[in-house]
Order: sequence, then structure tokens, then C-alpha cells
Amino acid sequence: MNRVSAAQAMALLYRRDLVLAFRHWDQVFQPLLFFAMVTTLFPLALGPELDELRSLAGGVLWVGALLAALLGLDFLFRSDQADGALEQLLLSGQPVALLAAAKGAAHWTVCGLPLVLASPFIAIALGVPFSALCAVVLSIALGTGILSAIGAIGAALTLGLRRGSMLLSLLVLPLVMPALIFGARAIDAAVLGDSARGPLLLLAAMLVLALTLAPFAIAAALRISAE
Amino acid sequence: MQAFNFSGISASGVQVWRGERHVLRGVSAAAAAGDCLHVAGPNGAGKTTLLRVLAGLLVPEEGALLWGGSRIDSRRDDYAASLSFLAHSDALKSDFTARENLRYEVGLRRQVSAAEITDALAGVGLAASGDQPARSLSAGQRRRVALARVSLSAAPLWILDEPFTNLDSDGQGVAAELIAIHLDAGGAAIMAAHQPPSIPRHPARRLDLAA
Repeated sequence: MNRVSAAQAMALLYRRDLVLAFRHWDQVFQPLLFFAMVTTLFPLALGPELDELRSLAGGVLWVGALLAALLGLDFLFRSDQADGALEQLLLSGQPVALLAAAKGAAHWTVCGLPLVLASPFIAIALGVPFSALCAVVLSIALGTGILSAIGAIGAALTLGLRRGSMLLSLLVLPLVMPALIFGARAIDAAVLGDSARGPLLLLAAMLVLALTLAPFAIAAALRISAE
Repeated sequence: MQAFNFSGISASGVQVWRGERHVLRGVSAAAAAGDCLHVAGPNGAGKTTLLRVLAGLLVPEEGALLWGGSRIDSRRDDYAASLSFLAHSDALKSDFTARENLRYEVGLRRQVSAAEITDALAGVGLAASGDQPARSLSAGQRRRVALARVSLSAAPLWILDEPFTNLDSDGQGVAAELIAIHLDAGGAAIMAAHQPPSIPRHPARRLDLAA
């Protein structure tokens, strides 16, 4: 009998989640529309002065992206738990941490990547100069990655609760505050014409840390939730 | 027909608390190659809980689960690979067709070809419905797809929670025959059911749980 290697299983699970997500387009578009909507609220509230908006752009982009990515987190394991597929994943004989990583990667592709792709356009609308767009994209890409990894732990932990989404936000947002600080700082620096290298490298380090440790925490949390 | 090399599992002195409720009080169960164990008992007696303990999903407060003579704690993934669990829910994605469901579920365990999936679907009487989305299948048809998943898993130990639920008499016969073939090959089956199952050629051993 041909057993499946963990890498093959991860690829299959990643594909499964993408196919499932694209049969429900709302899952892909809702975070994106939310991101566009929240970032539009700021010019309306603060006034259309581009100079003022430009100085706030880093914070606005980051808060918008974090909240939007948070929206999609609740979907991550909930449908699998509801139809019993989660138990089957736990019993598939594959390392659960790696399966969790594959699910997290699929979630980022569906919820995080569209935000990354939309961020330069929203940045331009907020008056960010073209020279800073590279830093915007990198910063949002690293940030959504960190949120997907840490958020997945929260999603797995709150799985057993009937109304876990509020608790999920309360659990996850404090943990991503350091990322928010450096991510918004990176965009600010680029807007002012300084080098964004330092804060971006710190963000990248946070992402690496989250990616290495989160899968094990997610796996443990899923096992507890499945009991 | 492949023959299994199954070393048997046994659980002894299993104690499980659910909040304030003492669900399993020192239950022992065992299954060796070719064994069919029927877990019986009234509603709420802990049949599902026992099956989840045996599947390694639920860690009991007390009691040991032995697989081939040693505890499973450190080899949970290997143990999981050697068993196939049919839960109360069918674990089907309603957006996927029956065929896709089988491909993605079984594909995590082993390489499975399209022809094998076609055969398995035909084996449970769903040759014509394989390309329908699972949401359009009836409860009985969904149960049949779930049984096809178990039969494709190539796992020596089957743990089945109410495998005959929602099945018509033809479906019950199909399920019983699948289980019989599995036992013929040297596999083992543990099932919870309200009615004593009649598995061809294999009388089931009964384990009664008190309420």
C-alpha cells in the first residue's frame, strides 16, 4: 500500500481548502470589501487633506488589514468541525501540526493575499507616494502572514465555543500588537523617504517565529477542541 | 485481497468524566484480528464516548489503550493511520461531489486512484451518484459515501459509530457485507449499534454498557 508523505498530504489539503473557498466567493470578497470600506472611513472622518492622510496611512492600512484578516479567521476550522472533517484530519495519521500549517497557508492565500494585492491601490488613495508602495506591500504581506499564524491558534482554541468570534478577536489582537507597531512604522518611514529596512526585518523575524511555533500550538489546540 | 497484519488493541479500566457526569466507569474492551465487537447500551450509556477513546480522539482520565501490547500515547499518528473512524457525522463536504470527498479524504492517507474510487462507490450502490454534490444526496446516500471512505482507507481497524443509521435494508446488507469482507481479510471492527448487527460469517461479540 502506498502511504502518502506528509508533504503530499499538505499539498492535497491546501488544494482542498482553496477549491472549497473558491466555491464560496463571499469568503474571498468579504475581507477585501471590508478592508476597502474601513480605509475609506478615515478620509470621510478626518477630511480629504492628502497631507494629513499621508501621515496616517501606515496606521490606517494596518488597522484595516488586521481587522479584515480577522474576519476570515472564524471560517478557518469551524466548517471542518461542524461536518466532522476535523476529526478525520486528526485521525488521518499525518502530523497534525503540518496539516494545520497547510490549512493556515490556504487561509492566508484566500484571506490575506487579496489584502496584500489591494494594499498598494488603497495606499495611493491615501496619498502614499509611489516610492513607498514596495514597503506597503511587504509590510502588509508580512503582517497578514503573522496574523494568519497567530490567529489560527486563537481560532483552534475558540473552536469549542458556540460564539467564539468575539473572544477570538480579544485573544488574537493583543498578540499581534507588536507586529502592528513595526508594520505601521515601516510604512511611515517609507512615506517620509527613510529606509523601511529595519522595521521590515523585525516583522520578518516575527513571521518566522510565528510560522515555526504556531503549527504545534494549533495542533495541540485542535486536539483539545476535538475532545 | 490484501491481508492485514493487525496486532490487536485493548483498553482496560477506562474512566471518563464529562463535567460532573461519570460517563465510563472502568470499561474494558479488546479487539484482535478478525474480531467484531458490538458495543451496546441504552442512549447516553457512553457508546460514542468509548469509541472516541478507542480512536484516540479522547484521552480518558484513567485507563490505558494498548496497541500491539504497548501504550499508544507516543505513537498517536501511527495508530491513527491504522484505523478508520466512522463518526456520527459523515464528514462530507457538502460543496464537494461524493467522488471529490473520497479523493480528498482518502488521499491524505494513501495514494488512491480514480478507478478505486469508482469501484468503491459502485460497491456501496452509488455508481450513478458519484458526481453529485454531497448536499444533494439523501442522508442514506451520504452514509453510503462515508462507508465507501472507510472501505477505501485500507486501515486494519474500523471503528464505526452507528454504521447502519439512515440506511435502507439494502444499504444495511451492503454495509454488513463490507464489514464481513474486512474481517475475512484479518481486519477488526468495533461498532456501536442499537440493533445487534448481523455480519455474514462473523458473529459479533457483545459489550454491554450500563446507563
